[in-house]
Amino acid sequence: MAGMGLGALALPKLPFGSRIIDPAEALQGGMDVATKKQLADIALNAAKSGGASYADVRIGRYLNQFVITREKRVQAIANTESFGVGIRVIANGSWGFAATNDVTPEGIAKTAAKAVAVAKANAKIITEPVQLAPQQGYGEVGWKTPILKSAFEVPLAEKIDLLMQVNGAALAGGANFINSAILAVNEQKYFASTDGSYIDQDIHRIYPNFNVTKIDKASGKFQTRRSLSSPVGMGYEYLTPTPESKVTGIVTRYKDRYDMLEDVKNATADVAQKITAKSVEPGKYDLVLDPSHLWLTIHESVAHPTELDRVLGYEANYAGTSFLSLDKWKSGNFHYGSKLMNIAADKLQPGSLGAVGYDDEGVKCGSWDLVKEGVLVNYQAIRDQAHIIGLKHSQGCCYAQSWSDVQFQRMPNVSLRPGKDKLSVDDIIKNVQKGIYIIGDGSFSIDQQRYNFQFGGQTFYEIKDGQIVGMLKDVAYQAINQEFWNSLVAVADERDYRLGGAFNDGKGQPAQSNAVSHGSATSRFNGVNVINTARKIG
Amino acid sequence: MAILSKEEAQALLKKALSYSKAEECEVSLTGSEDGNIRYARNAVSTAGDISQLSLSVSSSFGKKTGNASIDEFDDKSLEKVVRRSEELAQLAPENPEHMPLLGPQTFPESIEFVQSTADMTPDIRAEAVGKSIQVSKDAKLQAAGYLEDSVDFSAILNSKGLFAYNKRTDVVFTITTRNEEGTGSGYAARGFNDITKLDTYTATKIATTKANGSIGAKAIEPGKYTVILEPVAVAYMLENLFFGLDARNADEGRSFMSKAGGGNRLGEQLMDPQVTIYSDPFNAELPSSTWNREGQLMEKRNWIEKGIVKNLSYSRYWASQKNVAPVPGPGNIIMEGGTQSIEEMIKSTEKGILVSRLWYIRMVDPQTLLLTGLTRDGTFYIENGEIKFPVKNFRFNESPVIMLNNVETLGKPERSISVESYRSYLVPPMKVRDFTFTSLSDAV
Repeated sequence: MAGMGLGALALPKLPFGSRIIDPAEALQGGMDVATKKQLADIALNAAKSGGASYADVRIGRYLNQFVITREKRVQAIANTESFGVGIRVIANGSWGFAATNDVTPEGIAKTAAKAVAVAKANAKIITEPVQLAPQQGYGEVGWKTPILKSAFEVPLAEKIDLLMQVNGAALAGGANFINSAILAVNEQKYFASTDGSYIDQDIHRIYPNFNVTKIDKASGKFQTRRSLSSPVGMGYEYLTPTPESKVTGIVTRYKDRYDMLEDVKNATADVAQKITAKSVEPGKYDLVLDPSHLWLTIHESVAHPTELDRVLGYEANYAGTSFLSLDKWKSGNFHYGSKLMNIAADKLQPGSLGAVGYDDEGVKCGSWDLVKEGVLVNYQAIRDQAHIIGLKHSQGCCYAQSWSDVQFQRMPNVSLRPGKDKLSVDDIIKNVQKGIYIIGDGSFSIDQQRYNFQFGGQTFYEIKDGQIVGMLKDVAYQAINQEFWNSLVAVADERDYRLGGAFNDGKGQPAQSNAVSHGSATSRFNGVNVINTARKIG
Repeated sequence: MAILSKEEAQALLKKALSYSKAEECEVSLTGSEDGNIRYARNAVSTAGDISQLSLSVSSSFGKKTGNASIDEFDDKSLEKVVRRSEELAQLAPENPEHMPLLGPQTFPESIEFVQSTADMTPDIRAEAVGKSIQVSKDAKLQAAGYLEDSVDFSAILNSKGLFAYNKRTDVVFTITTRNEEGTGSGYAARGFNDITKLDTYTATKIATTKANGSIGAKAIEPGKYTVILEPVAVAYMLENLFFGLDARNADEGRSFMSKAGGGNRLGEQLMDPQVTIYSDPFNAELPSSTWNREGQLMEKRNWIEKGIVKNLSYSRYWASQKNVAPVPGPGNIIMEGGTQSIEEMIKSTEKGILVSRLWYIRMVDPQTLLLTGLTRDGTFYIENGEIKFPVKNFRFNESPVIMLNNVETLGKPERSISVESYRSYLVPPMKVRDFTFTSLSDAV
């Protein structure tokens, strides 16, 4: 708790045992694959000879870089590296896990023995043995995020220069404050298991973002507008804008390339407009939700409740359970939403945060339907859960945030498929009589079974008789999950399809973070309850 | 061994500092040993032990600072990490807010460390969890819980001669029990420095009583109600307020502590006169470190006194800008209470809601600190001094500032944890009027 209240500098969550390194060190290749294979075999053999019936080992090098600024000053720059090995085993029918940053033959053998000891201790109080879905070994294989330019290769000075230009544009435009940052992640992970897989992967993610603040000193009020960027599974090329990646309209939004300078100018104009915007009249509205907003609603209201570990109760003490109980799925006719609700789970989507070749228990990744024409048809599962929903194979949803954490079920990219019929955003808006068009994600809260949620946003526009008539503020909507998705009456076509995402989605005890994208096209939901969030204190 | 004694830490830091060629240099050590066990569906799901020791170096030339860290401690590695921080400092942009390091100071030894917690083993952890699972099975419920204990230390030494060392222990236990049908749920959370105070049996009993008592919840209309919040609900609800006691954000005009026309609300009566919130490193129930990472002395300090904003934290830089003395942020948070038990508070309530726990609290509007979230794990309707029946959970939209203006009664303070940050606070249960529930949820 030390340091509480010492300021608002939100540093990204770093993997355990991260040390700060020279940016040049990040570019040096880590341990070579042949050495990793030798060390992995030591772990697997030690586990087997200790009595493990299954073992997997992950040798991971996790690199992070962050550049954080406010106004005219750099607040923090750091490159960090975390390197170590995590070993997971099944012995006497129970899981055991141990990790070390002593990546030597001795350190690894000792850690494998420790994992077996933990499994055997836990075996005394398990109710049923672990049942693993069969998994073929792939031999020696690899996968890389298809990036054009590693963020770690771009000089720090270039990033600082960009952020200073961004901050300068906001201040020149009349903003009082701006915070901006570029965060980059590179996971170099090597997986091996007693199934005969040796998988070498190189994963990249980047997240440029800012938050503009404008103060109305006389009234003591202030407004903010965050960037409409998204964290992505890409390299630094995300920050090279292209005309075709821009979505024009009430404000420019972005597909697979981001124009940070353009967006900050728009944000600065937005935030001034927010100060004088009309406070919303509470009531029922038809909502038109932009993908920069809708991704978070999908994340909370669809992606989380379809996680099988929640459904089964494994997260009951932390992340919560789910209203999507197995009987609803088994019935085959649980109408989660309207016929336009088609939800896909996907671990391959290019540019997405969840894209990998193989998950963290050596399963080749793919895609599948979760909701088809409004009916719940599947969940997200890993190897020790597959049998529960009658699957012969895992769906490849296993992930650990670092070598030091045990892998468990994490969500893949979960997205609303675009509408099949040709439909533009303008077409959607022109049919709305009384509505609100919401851009960007804001405040979010949902109950532990994912029934009741409330979302805010970044900017809100009032729609009257098919026209946008002005900006609103103090808007949040509250809905019941199933009612909300059944009120989905229009989904724009694939021309408007975009990804949003979460860089640090939390789950598990000890808590681990996961990065995941959610795609959608602009969608209309009818008759949603909107509240006014303005209050007076003092 | 990740936990170094004061003497070991000082010797290692001195050696590292001896390599420094910077104008100013600060070296620091942190080490921790954590153990955890997690269970669900009345069986252990995961368990782990992890230890870590690392050394960080911060070197400055003028207003340029570079940081580097390492987890190897031979002479060559120590020299390497010092050189790296110096190289990074030379490359760093100037920080106009750079403050010179503080000189030597005397810090009293904290009372945060308890040997019994440092002596925890996986077997003792498993035994504690075994007891909890048995209580749950006996009550015909499914338990999901988590027990984590840690011992950690931190030490700093700088080129101006400031040295500080602190060692502490912490224990967090949380338990959720639910029935098979999914119609009842109960929870308990405990935080201690001393593991011998943890009683997983009694805590699980509370969770099972809440779970079975919450079955058959009826829907009542959302609206404004008098509520009695248990300490675990209070801790979570007030955490955002505790995080916001900073002068700079207020002076910049972007906090609930900002004043219309400029400046902050120091000296203003912002809450009910019953409200007093303070920090004290030597509180026996909730001790904290006696120094912070900037090398400042942490002392007993009132933040809110009888409803008046008495102190806001001032970083050394912001204090220099505002010409005031620096005020370090709180190391712990204690809220004064009264003597009443929750039962006594229920007895004096004509009509109200007992809230056992809150969930998924998020900021809706930082300028009024408006928060939204939901009740869970036992929400009960009170009439004429008695609990009448369990009610369905509500979503609320409420500001803790407004809530602390509407205080009717404060009960006996209890150490509790925030269910989001897992930080411990010492807070009373409280009865407040006009708490705003905005919708119903079917969640159990």
